[in-house]
Amino acid sequence: MIDALAARPSRRRVLAGGALIVSFALAPRVLLAQTVQGAAAPPLPGSLKTEPMLDAWIRIDADGAITVFTGKAELGQGIATALIQLAAEELVVEPATIHLVTADTARTPNEGFTAGSHSMQDSGTAIMNAAAQARAILVKAAADRLQLAPERLKAEGGAVIAEDGRRVAYGELVAGAILHVRAAPRSDLIDPKNHRLIGKPWPRIDIPAKVTGGVAFVQDLRLPDMVHARVVWPPSYGATLKAVDSAPVETMPGVLKVVRNGSYLAVIAEREYQAIAAMRALADAAQWDETPTLPTEDELFSYLARQPSQLIPVRQDSGSPPPPVQSVAARYRRAYQMHGSIGPSCAVGLFRDDALTLWTHTQGVFPLRAAVAELLALAPEKVRCIQVQGSGCYGHNAADDAAADAALLARAFPGRPVRVQWMREQEHSWEPYGPAMLTEVSAGLDAAGKIAQWHYRVRSNEHSTRPGTAGNLMPAWHLAQPVALPVPKPIPLPEGGGDRNALPLYTIPFADIVYDFVPAMTLRVSALRGLGAYMNVFTIESFMDELALAAKADPVAFRLRHLEDPRARDVITLAAERFGWSNYRRQPGRGRGFAFARYKNLGAYAAVAVEAALEHETGRLRVIRAVAATDSGEAVNPDGIRNQIEGGILQSSSWTLYESVGFDRTRITSRDWSSYPILRFSAVPESVEVHVIDRPGQPFLGTGEATQGPTAGAIANALADAAGIRIRELPLTAERIKQAIGV
Amino acid sequence: MIELTVNGTPHRVDVDPATPLLYVLRDELRLNGAKFGCGLGQCGACTVMAEGEAIYSCLTPVAALQGRKITTVEGLGTADNPGPLQRAFIAEQAAQCGYCIAGMILRAQAMLQRNPSPSDGEIRAAMEPNLCRCGTHMRILRAIRRASNEMRTASAQNPTEARP
Ligand code: FES
Ligand code: FES
Repeated sequence: MIDALAARPSRRRVLAGGALIVSFALAPRVLLAQTVQGAAAPPLPGSLKTEPMLDAWIRIDADGAITVFTGKAELGQGIATALIQLAAEELVVEPATIHLVTADTARTPNEGFTAGSHSMQDSGTAIMNAAAQARAILVKAAADRLQLAPERLKAEGGAVIAEDGRRVAYGELVAGAILHVRAAPRSDLIDPKNHRLIGKPWPRIDIPAKVTGGVAFVQDLRLPDMVHARVVWPPSYGATLKAVDSAPVETMPGVLKVVRNGSYLAVIAEREYQAIAAMRALADAAQWDETPTLPTEDELFSYLARQPSQLIPVRQDSGSPPPPVQSVAARYRRAYQMHGSIGPSCAVGLFRDDALTLWTHTQGVFPLRAAVAELLALAPEKVRCIQVQGSGCYGHNAADDAAADAALLARAFPGRPVRVQWMREQEHSWEPYGPAMLTEVSAGLDAAGKIAQWHYRVRSNEHSTRPGTAGNLMPAWHLAQPVALPVPKPIPLPEGGGDRNALPLYTIPFADIVYDFVPAMTLRVSALRGLGAYMNVFTIESFMDELALAAKADPVAFRLRHLEDPRARDVITLAAERFGWSNYRRQPGRGRGFAFARYKNLGAYAAVAVEAALEHETGRLRVIRAVAATDSGEAVNPDGIRNQIEGGILQSSSWTLYESVGFDRTRITSRDWSSYPILRFSAVPESVEVHVIDRPGQPFLGTGEATQGPTAGAIANALADAAGIRIRELPLTAERIKQAIGV
Repeated sequence: MIELTVNGTPHRVDVDPATPLLYVLRDELRLNGAKFGCGLGQCGACTVMAEGEAIYSCLTPVAALQGRKITTVEGLGTADNPGPLQRAFIAEQAAQCGYCIAGMILRAQAMLQRNPSPSDGEIRAAMEPNLCRCGTHMRILRAIRRASNEMRTASAQNPTEARP
């Protein structure tokens, strides 16, 4: 189902990866021959492609201590536990004996961002293979030492053991940096049927500290001599600081310094609450020039529709499709929605001896380092970024901005660690939101009730304005010498950004799919869990039900009619079966809905069925139960997958039912949880079931974002089933539903 | 000087009496459990117990707690010796990022002390003030149910010792 256009970039990437390996391994003449023939050597697995040295991933000390390094970050998604499971499995040791070091520019491989549900594919694959190759090297070294054939030895419990019972500990074998070697393309992986750890629900290593008050978050760091900072943000986009009399604030208790640089205004104090009190006083004293730069909320979508854009083809078949027997068309909208982390963003910076250390909950320590180095005009080697967990981020929230604050303020106050945390209203009004989007779809059915043609257009800003440059850090916009946000480049297919999942996985003989990319931002936007997939899947899956209705087909059967991929069919069949789709009895005021997608058409498969109840008088829709089936390839930690999927379903139901960022011509009006309500316990479903299809030996497929879109589609379809109304605008608020049913 | 008893230990703290309890707990007493979420009484991340009642530590000035007994998540057990709710949250793997969890546990603790056998509806109603953005709600509810069962069994077996 991947069309020619979409496939091209990925093939190029594979070739580039292959060529890289070939150039290490083969003589130039052979390299040339390989390139000409286009038959590259097999690429190294996962992130070994970019960091091929085994000891960059796994270090074993002479005392037997094992350290595993990953460039990915624990974000509360459970990645640390799964990576330890993988390493422990292949090194044949107990997980508790492994120390894992996560994203740190001074210590770990550069694996870019922890995003896009890539961690298991990239880092998990690299660590699993590196561990297997390290084990083979250790067994070989022990065999040499004991003068036995390697087959007569096995690794176990941190040692290599011979058939005759002789035993050499790993620590005794690692002299001479025997792990300082390049990875090979293939590893002798443990047969999945002998797995001790992979595929077992392993308890998360980070949970005990989180439930007992341990130091678990960057917010909890208390470095010796640390001071606290708060920033006074402008009240609106583009506002400039006209005047501020900071003298009274400077004499407030505990205040150490007021920092002003252009329109950037902050205060540093001994104690956190002193910093907050001073920030408030400073905010009262500050005078701003504001200009109305925004459309009104009511005209948002017509405004978005008028913005200049660039057309990016996703799939455009040539020729003309057969005339349809029946046609259906619809348009859909999605409001701006926020990450809304429960803990506002935070970072600690220490500037000493012309070098900066940052403790940050960024998703990308290396890109952040580059951006901060540019911001402070330092060489990148002078900046170290260490990732420490923060509150769940669900994409690019204000983590990097807070890190930039810590960088600017640490430099303004060198020698002592400076901790800065944002306030609730700052996080709400300045974080980069998930973009507002418009979609338009029309399709024709043939006489057999199958889709014969499909026309689709999605209009959106790009979905990533992540760092890499100083201009991606919001504090940089307000300095006396401001750095502007660079115009984002669309993320190329097959992953895509605004067009992520714009291409349905369904069999469609003729398709014309276009991404109508709007470069100029209205509200500040960036990556929110799932990127464009949330809206594209909501649209496609709502529309599939509209088509099924036209074809007088059952929605599940209609989807299966258009799917060949057996793994897609399996998750759909399983979810429908466990939900009780075929013998469902509708109670008054209730309805059922179904939706499916394969995330990015490359990642995990997910099908979601929900039952929802509509309260007629109020228009309030509530998900009563949800049943999901997923296939993430080999399931390393099935309970970790279930946790992510459950969370994805609840979070997406909150987005889908309640959430839109409010604004007036000048300011963001969603400034707290009462002006931006989200899911609370009273509206949580009675049950959420997740069925994981494990595929031992198959590649890992990213899971974390897989149910954002399907949940939205399933809820809209359940509303249509319950009340006979189709709402095509997200969120499906009670007011909107009330209006549609006419109460 | 304000006197407080936190997790059974008396403390005298020298801060501006208007300082919310949250900052006294975090900065003076160096406890991590109570978290800053909103400072507005809207999210419950800062929830602790004062004399058995769940309170928002972000809003309550420390002066209002003079002489009171405060309990934070650190007072319910340790990683090596977790209390019933902590054990239940671990058993149910009831956390994703976990930022909201200490507040959830304290609110549940206050409810279970008042009502050891809550119905599912009562649990949901009691937890309404606390937000979780990761969508861990189903597991949180299961963990509270599990802890309530465990605490009841324990108190039936040993009525004097097993208060929650
Ligand atoms: S931080 Fe106290 S209620 Fe949100
Ligand atoms: S577990 Fe992340 S906010 Fe609740």
